[in-house]
Amino acid sequence: MLDFNCSRRQFLGIFGGAAAVAGLGLAGCNSSAPASSGSAAGAGSSSLTGTVTYDGASSFQALVEAAAEQFMEENQDVSITGSGNGSGTGLTAVADGTVTIGNSDVFAETKLDADQCADLVDHEVAVVGMGPVVSLNVTVDDLSLDQLKGIFSGEITNWSEVGGEDAEIHVLNRKAGSGTRATFEAAVFGDETPDFQGEAELDKSGDVQTQIGSTDNAISYLDFSHFDDTKFKAVKVNGVEPVSENVYDNSFPIWATEHMYCKKDADEATKAFLEYMLSDDVQGSLVEEQGFIPVSEMKVVKDAEGNVTNK
Amino acid sequence: MANATAQAQDARIRRSMRNDKIATGILTVIVAIVMLIVVAMVAYILFQGVGQLFQPGFLTEASRSNGTEGGIAYQLFDSFYLLVLTLVISVPISLFGAVFLVEYAPDGPVTKVASTAIETLSSLPSIVVGMFGFLMFSVNFGWGYSLISGAIALTMFNIPILTRVITQALEDVPASQRDACLAMGLTRWETTLHVLIPAAMPAIVTGIVLSAGRVFGEAAALLFTSGMSSPARLNFLSLNFASPTCAWNIFRPGESLAVHIYKIYGEGSPEAQHIVWGAAAVLMICVLLFNVLSRIAGKALARRMTAE
Amino acid sequence: MAKQMPKRSLEKVGLSVTGACVALVTLVVVALIVMVAQRGLSTFLKDGVDVLNFFTGTKWNLAMTDEATGLPYTGALPLIVTSFAVTIISTVIALPIAIGSAIYVVEIQPKFGQKYFQPLIELLVGIPSVVFGLIGFHVIVAAVRAIFNVEMGLGILPGSIVLALMILPTITTLSIDALRAVPQSYRDGSLALGYTRWQTIWHVVLKSATPSLMTAVILGMTRAFGETLAVRMVIGGVEAMPTSLLNSASTITTTLTTSMAVYATGSVQNDALWTLGLLLMGMSLIFILIIHLIGAKGAKSRG
Repeated sequence: MLDFNCSRRQFLGIFGGAAAVAGLGLAGCNSSAPASSGSAAGAGSSSLTGTVTYDGASSFQALVEAAAEQFMEENQDVSITGSGNGSGTGLTAVADGTVTIGNSDVFAETKLDADQCADLVDHEVAVVGMGPVVSLNVTVDDLSLDQLKGIFSGEITNWSEVGGEDAEIHVLNRKAGSGTRATFEAAVFGDETPDFQGEAELDKSGDVQTQIGSTDNAISYLDFSHFDDTKFKAVKVNGVEPVSENVYDNSFPIWATEHMYCKKDADEATKAFLEYMLSDDVQGSLVEEQGFIPVSEMKVVKDAEGNVTNK
Repeated sequence: MANATAQAQDARIRRSMRNDKIATGILTVIVAIVMLIVVAMVAYILFQGVGQLFQPGFLTEASRSNGTEGGIAYQLFDSFYLLVLTLVISVPISLFGAVFLVEYAPDGPVTKVASTAIETLSSLPSIVVGMFGFLMFSVNFGWGYSLISGAIALTMFNIPILTRVITQALEDVPASQRDACLAMGLTRWETTLHVLIPAAMPAIVTGIVLSAGRVFGEAAALLFTSGMSSPARLNFLSLNFASPTCAWNIFRPGESLAVHIYKIYGEGSPEAQHIVWGAAAVLMICVLLFNVLSRIAGKALARRMTAE
Repeated sequence: MAKQMPKRSLEKVGLSVTGACVALVTLVVVALIVMVAQRGLSTFLKDGVDVLNFFTGTKWNLAMTDEATGLPYTGALPLIVTSFAVTIISTVIALPIAIGSAIYVVEIQPKFGQKYFQPLIELLVGIPSVVFGLIGFHVIVAAVRAIFNVEMGLGILPGSIVLALMILPTITTLSIDALRAVPQSYRDGSLALGYTRWQTIWHVVLKSATPSLMTAVILGMTRAFGETLAVRMVIGGVEAMPTSLLNSASTITTTLTTSMAVYATGSVQNDALWTLGLLLMGMSLIFILIIHLIGAKGAKSRG
């Protein structure tokens, strides 16, 4: 009998503990709501608190993360966290409210409905150049836009057609929701996106690095900050080197403006972080350190339709 | 004539015997291969990853650069925290649910509907559970990517497993014990709480620990519910449950080890690969521990119950 | 009397607490089914996608708009075909191995089986699917590249091999249970008639265990059909009709993983993905139904 009592007490103890944890969790829930709305009221005070979450383009996630680390040094009660699951994901997530910031290589208008876009505020934080990359064994080092068009629409299938050795071209594409793919296709094809999928559709820039590093005769595309000479080669486009200086005046044609979107009624911490992204602390040093181009350096701008005009 | 038949008979017997030997040989080879594959897999993972465990900071530092640098401390913590949250929700529900099905519900439409529901849940692909959790908890309830969304998705995944184990355990309690209690004037509820559940405890604990192993490695249901990132900084001492940096805040996003592996498996840098294999080794070791633990716990409890 | 009352209310407490738990689980399952069905069907009802086109169309590209209908391309046949292909191929690979080892464990070396083989195979159940994927990505894909002399090595074949490894323990353990359930008297009778051990296994044991073995196989297929991340890591992800086992392809589950979060809730693309989810759910319900039918038939034939 004693034994039963004992185990019953243990049993109740476990449940008591469970209830306590659940209770604490709920208390956390209740108090979290006023905390986030309260921080808006207490704007201007130095003790900024809140959670900033972001998702979206993997191409400039490194930049956001580096900036977030600096920002959190200065604001101990702010937590910034996020991942890079592609521009489409980021824009959808910020519109759905599952994250507070959506990072994107493309304008929100190209991915979301007009009424969803109306609720979003754009922040252009950097410009990134993107270029075609090929396996180390490929001898071609310069491709024209027309040749790229042929390769990425499946019309050119052999390296010998573009001046290389006689070998089949293996095209590694990015997933359809990817901003890098959208940017690349917009620059190469203009309005008419090709109906060609290539031999694999990879999720992230890192996946492309790995796959192209271990595959012969392959071609793909990456942003400049993901270039890695030890694993693959970046090739020239129309004879122009893929470097930041050539992007300033659009002589290297494949580039995108990096956008960070938040909702109009975003919380204080999110707004403060976005302001920080545009401030000199980030624009002055961090952007170039991470391999991106400050917006201020650009001599041209690109609009949502992809038209490039002088500033 | 008779001689020919006898010869044919003889040949058939010999053929049968030979086939018997061949079949036994083939089966032995199959079993040997299977065992070799299992051992090789486990050994390969441990071989690739164990070295990383002794890297300073791997188990104690937060990850950096989208997980491709640094350690896996927060992922490890999030995995265990998610597991605890999941068990806190799913154990009582499964326990009482199983009690209802075994002790209260007559064999009728109620039991049938309920057990069909549980069976359906058990066969659903985890990605569907994840999609449902994403829409229901992350979007509709406005919880965003949060540990609690993930824990509830995992609960849905865990309940069928637990319910089946506990139902089995309760059914295995001898009917005589049940009858004795009822004869003494105890209600069914008292019988259940004081006699049946303690008697079934070893099997229940074994089942819970085993299911914990499954939950611990689950990733597909978490991609859209608890998210694919862990906060850059967690404060384990904070008891302010609303604070985003409080490790115990169930409304913060979190990333389990399995999700972390999925996130960075394709990253090419050598450091990222070391982290992936290290994380896989940690995951394997934890699952092995759960496996061993469940056996030990079940045996120890059983010994205690029978000794008295 | 006074003592009776609390007892009766205690009983009521018990009934309501446990009943509530069961009701909660049932409610959640019903909510899930209704929600997935509602979202999945709105592709056809609200967005006007043609049902026939969805299941027979061979072009899946959510990012592009079909000029003819003004809707994204939602021909899910390539995904469905790939899903079935990996499920069936993995079952074909795993089945002989699983049943072979089950026979060995039950009929030939029971002691060894119980002591060493079963714990080992149960270990395989516990290995998380991402770890299988990781091994697939690094070992199996590399092996496929080397053996078949292809560049990428991603595709249905490596996906099926990984899945075969994953469903092997499921089928094996259930087959072991099925063979153990065959009464010893059957074997004794057969051996007494002069049959060899193999003849006994083949003609008597396997035959009488067939319904349970089929259940084991279908449970394995259920797992293979719904498995997500391990397949995603080795299959490549191109959503086109598979033309070879070594070409990159995409199953229903892998498309869901990569596209689900990309499209906003309520958009046509998102609805189409929910339709895929509905399809997955429908398939797992069908698998359950088959298991029940086999069970009912087995019960009938046994009297």
